[in-house]
Amino acid sequence: MNIQDILKERILVIDGAMGTMIQRYKLEEEDFRGERFKNHQHPLKGNNDILSITRPDVIKAIHEQYLEAGADILETNTFSGTTIAQADYHLEDAVYDINYQSAKIAREVADEFTKREPHKPRFVAGAMGPTNKTASLSPDVNNPGYRAITFDELAIAFKQQAKALLDGGADILLLETIIDTLNVKAALFAIQELFEEIGREVPVMVSGTITDASGRTLSGQTTEAFLVSVSHVPLLSIGLNCALGASALRPYLQVLNEKSPFFVSAYPNAGLPNEFGQYDQTAIEMGEQVEEFLREGLVNILGGCCGTTPDHIRRIADLAKKYKPREVLAHA
Amino acid sequence: MHSFLQLSGLEAVTITPSSNFVNIGERTNVTGSARFLKLIKEDKFEEALEVALDQVRGGAQVIDVNMDEGMLDSKLAMVKYLNLMASEPEIAKIPVMIDSSNWDVIEAGLKCLQGKGIVNSISLKSGEPEFIRQAKLVKRYGAAVVVMAFDEQGQADTYDRRISICQRAYNILVHDLKFLPQDIIFDPNIFPVATGIEEHRNYALDFFAATKWIRTNLPHAHVSGGVSNVSFSFRGNQKVREAMHAAFLYHAIQHGMDMGIVNPTMLEVYDEIDKELLVRVEDVLLNRRDDATERLLEFAETVKGAAKKKEQDDEWRKGSVEERLTHALVKGIIDFIDQDTEEARQKYGRPLLVIEGPLMGGMNVVGDLFGAGKMFLPQVVKSARVMKKSVAYLTPYLEEEKRLSGSTQQSAAKVLMATVKGDVHDIGKNIVGVVLACNNYEVVDLGVMVPTEKILEAAKRENVDVIGLSGLITPSLDEMVHVAKEMQRQKMELPLLIGGATTSRIHTAVKIDPVYDGPVVHVLDASRSVPVTSELINRRTRDDFKTRLKKEYQQLRVDHENRKGTKNYITLEEARKNKTAIDWSTTTYYKPKFTGRKELINYPLEEIRPYIDWTPFFQTWMLAGRYPGILKDSVVGAEAQKLYNDANKMLDEIIRDKSLQANAVLAFFPATSKLDDVVLRRDDSSEAELATVHFLRQQNKKAQGLPNFCLSDLISPEAGKDYLGMFAVTAGIGLEKLIEKHQANHDDYSDIMAKAIADRLAEAFAELLHEKVRRDYWGYASEEHLSNDELIDEAYAGIRPAPGYPACPDHTEKKLLFELLDAGKTGIILTESYAMYPAAAVSGYYFSHPSSKYFGLGKIEKDQVEDYAKRKGMTVEEIEKWLAPNLSYDV
Repeated sequence: MNIQDILKERILVIDGAMGTMIQRYKLEEEDFRGERFKNHQHPLKGNNDILSITRPDVIKAIHEQYLEAGADILETNTFSGTTIAQADYHLEDAVYDINYQSAKIAREVADEFTKREPHKPRFVAGAMGPTNKTASLSPDVNNPGYRAITFDELAIAFKQQAKALLDGGADILLLETIIDTLNVKAALFAIQELFEEIGREVPVMVSGTITDASGRTLSGQTTEAFLVSVSHVPLLSIGLNCALGASALRPYLQVLNEKSPFFVSAYPNAGLPNEFGQYDQTAIEMGEQVEEFLREGLVNILGGCCGTTPDHIRRIADLAKKYKPREVLAHA
Repeated sequence: MHSFLQLSGLEAVTITPSSNFVNIGERTNVTGSARFLKLIKEDKFEEALEVALDQVRGGAQVIDVNMDEGMLDSKLAMVKYLNLMASEPEIAKIPVMIDSSNWDVIEAGLKCLQGKGIVNSISLKSGEPEFIRQAKLVKRYGAAVVVMAFDEQGQADTYDRRISICQRAYNILVHDLKFLPQDIIFDPNIFPVATGIEEHRNYALDFFAATKWIRTNLPHAHVSGGVSNVSFSFRGNQKVREAMHAAFLYHAIQHGMDMGIVNPTMLEVYDEIDKELLVRVEDVLLNRRDDATERLLEFAETVKGAAKKKEQDDEWRKGSVEERLTHALVKGIIDFIDQDTEEARQKYGRPLLVIEGPLMGGMNVVGDLFGAGKMFLPQVVKSARVMKKSVAYLTPYLEEEKRLSGSTQQSAAKVLMATVKGDVHDIGKNIVGVVLACNNYEVVDLGVMVPTEKILEAAKRENVDVIGLSGLITPSLDEMVHVAKEMQRQKMELPLLIGGATTSRIHTAVKIDPVYDGPVVHVLDASRSVPVTSELINRRTRDDFKTRLKKEYQQLRVDHENRKGTKNYITLEEARKNKTAIDWSTTTYYKPKFTGRKELINYPLEEIRPYIDWTPFFQTWMLAGRYPGILKDSVVGAEAQKLYNDANKMLDEIIRDKSLQANAVLAFFPATSKLDDVVLRRDDSSEAELATVHFLRQQNKKAQGLPNFCLSDLISPEAGKDYLGMFAVTAGIGLEKLIEKHQANHDDYSDIMAKAIADRLAEAFAELLHEKVRRDYWGYASEEHLSNDELIDEAYAGIRPAPGYPACPDHTEKKLLFELLDAGKTGIILTESYAMYPAAAVSGYYFSHPSSKYFGLGKIEKDQVEDYAKRKGMTVEEIEKWLAPNLSYDV
């Protein structure tokens, strides 16, 4: 059964935070460097994506914990896996390997679980983060026409990442935490080109981020404008993740529920960070909030972002079982 | 799934059959506007943005940008202009039409649009392969497209050629390329009429007929065109041109044209066209008479010039006195208020009639706009200032009248406002007061630190309709419960409003509502205060509202009760075993440059200023968003910018006049941790204990690998190694004198502004002092160089938690802190609720260990409360009172 058909029958659960889990391992500079980057000129601590190469055991263990908790979709450990994001660590050359290895690890874990539980196939979504530069916003307040990155540069970087993810075995591409819609349009452009070149297509998920109570993306779009701006591609799903806790996300999910011709996804943070930047929301508390979405039938894919753990995902998976998925408007 | 054309800028636009005609702004076009061309050529792009802004404000729903001019690098100009447009939220909210006959320019433009725009245009002019290539790219970039009726043979100028080219293009796009038909907009060519050339006489009629055919035969496709082409022969005669455009559009729309490139600020209304002129224009357009062109030319000679003029900025001064008062109130213009008030007084005869008539009428407009989110708080505060000034002008007349008649008038509903005993924070309360005053309520403001007896006594004396309580610090919650209990004891029935940063719906439901039989409402923010108050007072709604409220709060209590069982806590003993793991044997200790205290009196404000974090400043004014992005926000940006300018102007004055004084005191003491306490000694040479600081430990069950934090974990248990720092700063010395004059002038805006600035300066001073501590006084991060943004994001080592805040929520610890700092010497004192006065003050501890981080204590269990009470020498009941919000159990 393909994922589109499964999604018509039940809500699929996407995994939780990678960063929060990695923190628990209290990894040091040597862990990040491993053998391969032992002599790298720049510090690598904090470059979580590189762990797929240097500490694959950690990434694998985290994936396993999420699948055990009940997740259907694993996100690869590649949030910063573009040459643009990796430039911070001077590791542009490692980008192919980061994405290939990350996809491969997730693929192996997913296949193992699918073999064990054939009625519940597990999927691997190649995670593509927003990069740390924005194509429609100037980083310089005094020079609003300036752009730190161009559409073409983004398209090249995303194409490279997408190809490596597919080579490694990802069966979905997930453009997530989108803060600037022009960045994701560049990624979608690149992905369409890639599909044409390799002669096959995989489902594409798009997940934006509403940054504050104004209800807009960082680049200023309303939820509906965001939806309209990416609807030229036949997406698997559109949704929202990160930035806000579940209850704050609800009004914007309602917009997507009403307007989206695609499946709708949501994977919020474990509440808002407290004034010290930490997430206090427990699995139970978060469960209460996401249950609201479920009751209203707003989502098809549900999971967690920053601050969520296997406990949160377990709670979400248990709840998701009890509810019907959102009914999808007939595709155009 | 519907088949409507959807476009987007920052906001989405859906064009449905019931949508009005879509105006596409045409002035940002170098081929059509000499002014725009000049600005672009002279590289005055910023100024050229105003042309776009004019179009948006004039009603354009899409904006056409064209840079096709021989002397320009069109591609560069297109990219530069689109990027600048994206930075102007008022323009960027609408979709863009990228207009060029050069595909490279179009493609460069497409790479700048985050929204879904329109390409103008592609055509079959260079053959099918090129048409297909471009159409596929348009689809891949995610845009709609204008298709010109143009093919290998040239531009279609007859009805038959128009429909056959459009049909062919439609088939390729929809059937071969799977292009969404609703994303196709045909431009069947609008050509000039009344040119004197015989073949041109049917141009307009052919366009209308082709439009109708397309809308009937090519499902979901749209029709657009460049309207000003039609009147090309009448260049220089604006009046005739505008009439031709309006009449052309009138007929084209009847035939199904649903969008058009126009100058929206210069559109004449069809019904308002001079009747004689209209007949002659329509004779031309509809090809009704052989001499139609001559007759229109004849008429044109008589009406040269005199096109529609833009409204002047001071036009509003010409309105009636009522209109002028409303305008002044809505726009917050104070300049003419005395003279307009006088004029109204003479007209109405009695001062009260002016207040109840035009002034209240104007404030109702303000209230409606605010309620609808069309005005923002800073604007409303300015409106209130105009209102107050007008009333102040009328007051002597009112009193004279009262004296003569000897009567007392019952005015609008009265609301009593007070910040409760022990609390000094009043910005939020003042804002609610202003908003209520703007909505016809009379506000009796008792100020800050008001004891219960005084509140209730004033409520009776003034015969108020509602009591509103405010507070920012946690002890104020108890004080509010106390007020409610007293109201019950005195058998009062007045509604009670609860507001302020520390209050919450759940606290109101669980603690306040049950002790008072009258209505109790938690008001989340100032904008909610008006509807709530009006429901509470209105005779028709108040009983229902009260029943609803009581039920709602009852439900909240039940939910709260049910939820309590689900939290997991561990014993204090277990929590202590799971403390923050720090390997002290490898820790590098830093010795501060001094022990004991050090004062910084009258610190230069200009040095503090760059450390200001502006984001909370905007929150104070209820404008959501982060600085500096908020200044460009499409909704509140303009207001935020004004507010920011006003704040900086006031800061300049404060610094120039030295009207505020900033003082600080800090101290370091040798420190040793002992379980959850930290024991201090006076200096390195003394053995005797100076004092013990008490902290609290998290008790919620943690996931594997996460500790149960306590601040004492961050201090070494080994004697003679580590230090604890502490500080108190204020920037509020002199504030009272500063705001005196604003209050005398009824200027709430400046009053609130001055307080908000003092608050920001105090926070900034705390940030500055912390940096000095890290780099110099304690010196554990002497190499640190952080930008203000990084400071705001706390990208530094070490923390400065404050007693009364989440990591150490016990306010009573401030007493010891203030004694050790001898903070009174710097002009900061503590109230009986341990609030700092002046309110613009910050105090706290310094911890230097690199693993220091902020956390929230969360809820604690009774075993810790008992242990803590014993350590502090206080009773369990006292501790339970002070830590009420942190108790995992009900007392």
